[in-house]
Amino acid sequence: MEVGLFIPCYMDAMEPEVGISTLKLLERFNVKVVYPFDQTCCGQPMTNTGCEKEASATEALFVKNFAKFDYIVMPSGSCTNQVRHNMNAIEQTDEVTHVRTHSYDLVEFLHDILKVEAFPWANFPHKVAIHYNCNALRGLRHASMSERREAFFSKPKNLLEKIKGIEFVELQRPDECCGFGGTFSVFEEGVSAKMGRDKVLDQRNSGAEFVISADSSCLMHQKGCAQRMGIPLRYAHIAQVLNGDIR
Amino acid sequence: MNHLLQEEEQPRGAKIRGRHPVDQLEAANRFIAATAHEMMHDNRLWDLRKKRDAQMHAIPEWEELRQLASDIKSHTLDHLADYLEEFEHNAKKNGIHVHWAKDAQESNQIIGDILKAHQAKSLIKSKSMLGEECGLRPYLQKEGIAVVETDLGERIQQLDDEDPSHVVVPAVHKTRTDVSKVFVKTLNAQPGNNDVHYLAEWQRETTRPYILSADAGMTGGNFLVAETGAVVVCTNEGNADLSANTPSLHIVTVGIEKIIPKMEHLAVFIRLLSRSALGSPITQYTSYFRGPRRGGEMHVVLVDNGRSTRLGKPNFKPGLKCIRCGACMNTCPVFRRSGGLSYGSVYAGPIGLILSPGYDPHKYRNLPFASTLNGSCANVCPVKINLHEQILAWRGELAKQGELSLSKKVIMKALGKLYANPKAYRQAIQMGDKILQYLPHFVVYNRLNAWGRQRDLPEAPKKTFHSWYKKHYMNGKGDEA
Repeated sequence: MEVGLFIPCYMDAMEPEVGISTLKLLERFNVKVVYPFDQTCCGQPMTNTGCEKEASATEALFVKNFAKFDYIVMPSGSCTNQVRHNMNAIEQTDEVTHVRTHSYDLVEFLHDILKVEAFPWANFPHKVAIHYNCNALRGLRHASMSERREAFFSKPKNLLEKIKGIEFVELQRPDECCGFGGTFSVFEEGVSAKMGRDKVLDQRNSGAEFVISADSSCLMHQKGCAQRMGIPLRYAHIAQVLNGDIR
Repeated sequence: MNHLLQEEEQPRGAKIRGRHPVDQLEAANRFIAATAHEMMHDNRLWDLRKKRDAQMHAIPEWEELRQLASDIKSHTLDHLADYLEEFEHNAKKNGIHVHWAKDAQESNQIIGDILKAHQAKSLIKSKSMLGEECGLRPYLQKEGIAVVETDLGERIQQLDDEDPSHVVVPAVHKTRTDVSKVFVKTLNAQPGNNDVHYLAEWQRETTRPYILSADAGMTGGNFLVAETGAVVVCTNEGNADLSANTPSLHIVTVGIEKIIPKMEHLAVFIRLLSRSALGSPITQYTSYFRGPRRGGEMHVVLVDNGRSTRLGKPNFKPGLKCIRCGACMNTCPVFRRSGGLSYGSVYAGPIGLILSPGYDPHKYRNLPFASTLNGSCANVCPVKINLHEQILAWRGELAKQGELSLSKKVIMKALGKLYANPKAYRQAIQMGDKILQYLPHFVVYNRLNAWGRQRDLPEAPKKTFHSWYKKHYMNGKGDEA
């Protein structure tokens, strides 16, 4: 099994340690992981702004980088959702279809494809609130949604539950958007920051020590709000916890 | 908190300057700055959302109901002309006068003419979003007809000369102190008495005389039943029944998309409507008007006003399934924090984001961006409108029409170029401390540090993932970065 690893642009620039945890975690499962060096972005900022034309070259580059792999894995539900559901700016060739149908978010890949049963190297004796990125939650179906009448399920929780010592706490509004929203965070700054502060307060009131998510982008925003508010919550990507890099 | 609510001025809505693009964010920021109002608004609507969830959990077949409702609406939209004609035929048989209006102007004129033909000088009306959409009240007032709203929330908004901020709870953005102030000014209520019971009672007492003496009554319509030619109106105050039955002339104004084929379909929607809207099993009053009251006259004005144009746009057609329950507003995290009046449009919140640009893409070009695309709206929607997908589709449509703001255009063009060039991209993100100069491409670019004003900036790491990978996996051989 050869896996092409995609590291989102903001993670490449701002949170390389999450990328490192992801790569090392995948390697623990005897997966051959290749990181195509000429990768950049999934195209989401342009697509979500309505700029399909501007997204097309980025999407074409993505496909060029990843078409040859059995699976494409990325530690971001949001980017996966973009590739799987919104990569429409380019002609839908067989290559493009292959990439779109073989792209997985890290949580899905561990949970649905590798079906990982244990993370014996990890240990996390903390109270944890899970944050669901909206694209991961409602686009990829990482977990059941509070809006729907459906049985509870949560892929991130299923994975985290396998870690020694971990304890979960619940938020009042478990799947309310945190207000990051990609370019929304800057184009609609006032509402974005207000949503972020409300999210942080909910997390604090839940008694959580850590907030864990499959998406660093939301966490960057929440962490920025928490720091500004002087609230000492800690934020970690699920890859860092599953790989035992943060304990 | 109570003290704050009493002290704080009610924040007002978006500043409207003709067809100039509405600045939703500017109004939202003022709403957020009114902290007590914002918190009250967020909590009130979230409470409705929670009540809706409780109702949903009490109905095992909830998701099947939603699918059924969506299918009935889709089917009806595919055969809209046929069902409308069936309705017209049956309504006429019932003794109802049926009128067709292609747009707001025609609708207003038809209604004005009916009133003039009856020498009617006063009209009582229950809440009608279509009336708001068509600007009916100002039109009639100009024609010399006094219009009094009979729905409590709508009446408050009328007295305050402000639009409704929500399709179901029009004054939800006002505190009771705000309402008291309006009533003191306009209804001569006791100053400082903000007791809810007193205020509701005072409004009732002062509105009753208008109801008893009105020449004509008007209602909207939640559903038109084609096979019976009847109009169904759902309210909680019973004011629609007063408006319809007290005067001898009853005018209904209703959008053509409100039609459903059969009585048996009505049950599906009645089960969904109030549960989705307010989290109650049913509205207090579900009134079924099949014809004029004895000795009276009943008119139904079927209004298009852009609906058949929307019907012809596959991307946006599903918006016509809307039953105006407001569930998408209650769940929308942006709406709850911005207030409905920030949208500067009759329809606010997620449904407003997809309906408003259809009326005027230039004026409402900013609205589809007032969303994080989180998708909660689409999943509470009782008729399964793909709201967040349509919001995204509108962004694309606006870009095609040249309606993106200059900053969005410039940034996206630059970003698209940068991301298509791996070498340039690596250089850009490799700049260490200077990273914030580039991060701006999607974070702070050209916007006076929009990230950092209210949030701390992430610390720039010493190296990028690219450079780490090159060092550890490629023996340092990659390229310059």
